[in-house]
Amino acid sequence: MSTLFHNAPPAHAASLTRRILNQGKYEASTMLRNGEQLVLMVVMPLLGLIALVATPLLDDMGHSRVAIAAPGILALCALSTAFTGQGIATGFDRRYGVLRFMSTTPLGKGGLIAGKVIAVLAALALQVVLISTVAAFMGWRPPLAGVLLGIPLLILGAAAFTAIGLLIAGTVRPEATLAITNLGWILFAAVGGIVLPAGKFSSALEAYVQWLPSGALGNLMRAALIESRLDVWGLIILLAWGVAAAIAAVKWFKWN
Amino acid sequence: MSPRDLWHRRDVAEPGKIPKWLAYNGRVTKTLSPALEISGLIKDVGPLPALDGRMKRVVSNISLTAHFGQVTALLGANGAGKTTTIECAQGLQNRTGGSISLLGQDPEHADAALRSRVGVMLQDGGLPPAARPIALLRHVAGLYQNPLSVDALVERLGINEFSDTNIRRLSGGQKQRVALAASLLGNPEVLFLDEPSAGLDPQSRIMVFELIRELRDAGKAIILTTHLLDDAQRLADYVYIVDKGESVAAGTVQELLESSTAAMEQRAMTFEATPSLDVSALLRPGLECSETRPGSYVLTGPLEPADLARFGAWCERAHVMPTSVHLASKSLEDVFLAISDGAATVAPVSAHRNSHSTVIS
Repeated sequence: MSTLFHNAPPAHAASLTRRILNQGKYEASTMLRNGEQLVLMVVMPLLGLIALVATPLLDDMGHSRVAIAAPGILALCALSTAFTGQGIATGFDRRYGVLRFMSTTPLGKGGLIAGKVIAVLAALALQVVLISTVAAFMGWRPPLAGVLLGIPLLILGAAAFTAIGLLIAGTVRPEATLAITNLGWILFAAVGGIVLPAGKFSSALEAYVQWLPSGALGNLMRAALIESRLDVWGLIILLAWGVAAAIAAVKWFKWN
Repeated sequence: MSPRDLWHRRDVAEPGKIPKWLAYNGRVTKTLSPALEISGLIKDVGPLPALDGRMKRVVSNISLTAHFGQVTALLGANGAGKTTTIECAQGLQNRTGGSISLLGQDPEHADAALRSRVGVMLQDGGLPPAARPIALLRHVAGLYQNPLSVDALVERLGINEFSDTNIRRLSGGQKQRVALAASLLGNPEVLFLDEPSAGLDPQSRIMVFELIRELRDAGKAIILTTHLLDDAQRLADYVYIVDKGESVAAGTVQELLESSTAAMEQRAMTFEATPSLDVSALLRPGLECSETRPGSYVLTGPLEPADLARFGAWCERAHVMPTSVHLASKSLEDVFLAISDGAATVAPVSAHRNSHSTVIS
């Protein structure tokens, strides 16, 4: 066995693509093997979808229950995976020095973040397939144009929430990240306009909620998947959140 | 074939001839220059609320050079600035002032090519607790084009006994070995080990120390930090003593030990034999002998080889068979304490110090 290493050359870094793909695969499999994450990423959105379709909450809104519910639940998936799941995982990786160790390997800091983005997108893709299939069985038939518009918008939403999650994970203690991102998930999901249009509760609330990243993503997804329409105002708000959080994260993210 | 071959790619160097491992691959042609050179390093941290928002200078003036084929130790108390220094060298922290050259490059702008030639073991390990060692090591290996075999490393470091156990369930010593394996996967030319013996049980310690010596013999530059004098004494070819953010002394262990003449004058020999012996034949001007308790004798002063010869002759003549004989000289601890206390002279050596004592019977 040791002859294999006799005169072994010093290793070279794997190619950038391979490093990033390997890291993405590793992070995604870590995410999917974590029970709590699975509850957050799969069970909660599925329960939400079933509850909204089974109850009369969304009646009298001009469309079938599932047509209104499904876009919001897909937006919720992005919130679960990119913001809460990714935020918590990164916060604890930071605590345990995993971020520092990995940044000394050929992967580096840039590769680490690229790997996280890939992991989030891979997990999100699985969620979308699962939720869409279940919704289809419930009679969801989104317009094709709306689907083509909705996919990049969901990716943009995931990117914005990843940036916000990383900003929190990189600046406060992991316990605080855990609390903030879980509380954020509940508040965004319940009254943040992501699952249900905020106008459902009160118009006063709606005026504020549309400025939130959750409200913006919820409105964007519903406009796209119900009416095949691009909600330009929502797009601007979501982009602004994403860019601001990314800049702040680059500036203030602490690796240790 | 011995597991030593895992690392070993050095032919015995002949004087005046560049050894094969140095010229290896055309890539390491500059390796005759130091692996790491730090000059006048300054590092401020903060602003800290405890200092009314001012910065704190944790490293004020550290210079060091680490060569290939040597273990270079940064020795100092906790908080002396050792970890900060090597984290600046690893590119994990940006320095405030001074210069650092790692394999001829500035680590602050380390690219993947430079990182692939440098192995890092962090003080806290940097391992994800939920991962299994084997999965983690395979993943890290995947970041290199031609890594060392994970299986061979796992076997060499005895990780196979717990390679499928979650890292959070491992003991400190087991985690430390996994972190060491992770740092070695790229067969690095430069290896940073931050407190490598922390949390190690005696067996792991022997295993890890043997491995470090092997890596050194294979021509790697190893830079380690430790607050344990024993580690430095046992492992290091060259020691930098770091105190309050400054490198205050440097040298081989031997040079540091000889740096104070007091040490040479304060050698001590203890021996045990039958009580109430006449020891006057052992004495000469400058040497003293006392029986500290019945049958236990201490001979202090500037002991020389001739004194040992006289001791042997005296034993023969007086028909004394000592049950034990210890020679003790100053340990690195004395140098360390003398320097970090700022004391001008080194404290006298305790005759009963165990470290760095030579047992001759």
